Amino acid sequence: MKRRVLPGLPLSLGITLVYAAIIIVLPLVALVFKAASLGFADYWRIVSSDRAVASYLVTVSCALAATLFNLVFGMALAWVLVRYRFPGRRVVDALVDLPFALPTAVAGISLTTLFAVNGWFGGPLSALGVKVAYTPLGIMVAMAFTSLPFVVRTVQPVLEELDPTLEEAAQTLGGSDLSVFARVVLPLLTPALLAGVSLSFARSLGEFGAIIFIAGNQPFETEITALLAFIRLEEYDYPASAAIASVMLITAFVMLAVTNLMQARALRYTVRN
Amino acid sequence: MTGPSPHRRPPRIGEAPAFRRTLLAIVLFFVAVIIVAPLSVIGVHAVSKGLPYFAAAIAEPDTRHAIMLTVLTALIAVPINTAFGIAAAWAITKHDFPGRRLLLIVIEIPFSVSPIVAGVSYLFVYGLQGLFGPALEAADLKIMFALPGIVLASMFVTAPFVARELIPLMQAQGRDLEEAATSLGASGWRTFLTVTLPNIKWALLYGVVLCNSRVMGEFGAVSVVSGNIRGQTNTLPLHIELLYHDYDAVGAFAAASILATLAIVTLCVKVVLERQGAGRRNRPATLAGNESLSEVKP
Repeated sequence: MKRRVLPGLPLSLGITLVYAAIIIVLPLVALVFKAASLGFADYWRIVSSDRAVASYLVTVSCALAATLFNLVFGMALAWVLVRYRFPGRRVVDALVDLPFALPTAVAGISLTTLFAVNGWFGGPLSALGVKVAYTPLGIMVAMAFTSLPFVVRTVQPVLEELDPTLEEAAQTLGGSDLSVFARVVLPLLTPALLAGVSLSFARSLGEFGAIIFIAGNQPFETEITALLAFIRLEEYDYPASAAIASVMLITAFVMLAVTNLMQARALRYTVRN
Repeated sequence: MTGPSPHRRPPRIGEAPAFRRTLLAIVLFFVAVIIVAPLSVIGVHAVSKGLPYFAAAIAEPDTRHAIMLTVLTALIAVPINTAFGIAAAWAITKHDFPGRRLLLIVIEIPFSVSPIVAGVSYLFVYGLQGLFGPALEAADLKIMFALPGIVLASMFVTAPFVARELIPLMQAQGRDLEEAATSLGASGWRTFLTVTLPNIKWALLYGVVLCNSRVMGEFGAVSVVSGNIRGQTNTLPLHIELLYHDYDAVGAFAAASILATLAIVTLCVKVVLERQGAGRRNRPATLAGNESLSEVKP
């Protein structure tokens, strides 16, 4: 039997394509054009300059540290929310999404105020000799905050639907809690963890608003790549800004491919369960 | 005869009381430090010089202007993105055409691209250095460093918000109801309004709320394209930065408390809508990674 075709394809697809072309694709093409107009030698000189390379190192190393924190803490938070019943659980569950709902500039000033030397946390920490605000540690805190929900929200549904009989079987075979977790539960969570981690890392690489307040923004030390692109713009050095932004764009596309791959893997495992 | 009954299940792993208490304590400690404290510090600092000072800070003309500009931006960008999201979801889930998967990836690009990259990109389209810059200047049209630029950058950043709530849901709901409606003679619009819309209303509202929250809070992309002209092109997040760097911390936190309130309202609405079945549960984090969407239905 021939399948009936629903109406509205020309209109809906037309709107979608025109909007996607003008709003999403055109600006990115313009950026690539601008960066390409530099010529390879100039482009390479800009993107491999000492200050740019230092900014990549700061951004990537802080993003790695923040993601590692979110891997462990996000996993623990998801576990507590799914497995344990305690007063205030629903409130905590709702608050997990706060970093997505709170504007990054607001997060930036409030984290900076908390971790500055005279702040609620900065004071006690500086007594211990730990400086957070205006150091790479501050960048990590801001990145960890803004990407916190990713791991929790990818692991949580998988943990909820985990078949309890798998754990029971492992326990009856004499496995300790630790070995059951490491050898039965963790492998089942790994695809979701990887998906969450890749999303969290990608978000940290591109974050701007929350970081610039707390980072101190010293070139070679606490200057992230997004800020360098912004500074070049304010200096009217448009080609340099385009070149640095294009590096971030390429990174974003690589991360988009990675996250989609991880997500497809995670779903395949979820479905198989 | 004292061994455990064969029917009694062992406690699940991680249920030992000492372990449970320790893990719960550690997690709640970090939740307090990372999530609750940043939220509390906004409220505490906003009213640290008393309520009259707080009220005066919010009523200050530049702050009022920033609020108005932020609301105006949302009033333009959110409806347009909602229409786009509905159109994209209808085209992708109710029809088969080549390139659906590619289209899904394109729609998701703004999630992966740094807001700064988005802002810089828009400058190279509509700015003086950009593709249309000279033509726009000749026609005396100002897009960058003005409201249109702010709206465009906000639309880029939030383009996927509505679509990504609707697409997985409409894909799961299939096409049978719509096919029945049209075979009974309903027009496309009538089918959408009376058959599809009632099934997607909560997810749609959910997407709109998240889209609005992000538009009102967007900082990076808007800070590139706005030009930061006090009292003219400063949205609320940009105005917060300006006050903060002017060492007017109380003014900055007073303005920030408005956006923090919006964030809390958004979270409450999310919880309510999730009870209606909308939102994150069983939804993939990325659309294009969802294999069920890339299969062409027989």
